[in-house]
Amino acid sequence: MTAADVLLWSVTIAQTMLVVAMGCYTYRLIRGPRAQDRVLCLDAIYVCAMLLVLTVGIRTGSQIYFEAALIIAVLGFVSSVALAKFLMRGEVIE
Amino acid sequence: MTHAADLPGWAALLTAALVLVGAALALAGAIGTLRFRTFFERVHAPTLGTSWGTGSIVLASIICFSVLGSRPVVHEILIGVFITVTTPVTLMLLARAALYRDRAEGSGNVPAHPARRAGALKAEQDRAVDGGR
Repeated sequence: MTAADVLLWSVTIAQTMLVVAMGCYTYRLIRGPRAQDRVLCLDAIYVCAMLLVLTVGIRTGSQIYFEAALIIAVLGFVSSVALAKFLMRGEVIE
Repeated sequence: MTHAADLPGWAALLTAALVLVGAALALAGAIGTLRFRTFFERVHAPTLGTSWGTGSIVLASIICFSVLGSRPVVHEILIGVFITVTTPVTLMLLARAALYRDRAEGSGNVPAHPARRAGALKAEQDRAVDGGR
């Protein structure tokens, strides 16, 4: 087992763990007693998806996944802030 | 996975360890979200994934591409800085919204608004002074 095989296997295990984490957040998103729990889980799912795209970039050795990860991070921040503002005020732009 | 064979052994092992640590931290945060009981406890759990979970995977990506390209590739730091800056903003906005909603409903398990609490304290003191007279 060479170092390259170790890298391949650990990236596979890491991707599995990230998908399981997204599954946990999705369970809380569906069940979550209140709206703030759902917004929290949506934000965390965005972060997990961003990490998943980064690990895909490491696996394929290609740099183009970096832009996708950055865009997912920016969109996750904007949507979570908009939803939090909506919970606070009842409207997003006042 | 042809590029992995080009990586020297130490770089491949370091990248593998950092990726595993980052994913394990993200998973620990997700399990914490399932296990904590109140929202104000749950809001702490995903920060495991957004602090060192993200930092570790970003570091692994930097090491991998820097060694592959034989030049420093550090633009992944942008993601780390962005996540570090934005997570507290999001979560504090969300926690304040949750506090506002709980107070508006008159739920008993959150502290009262500071101004209102100070007013109640003042009224109590006035009453004590009146009783002394």
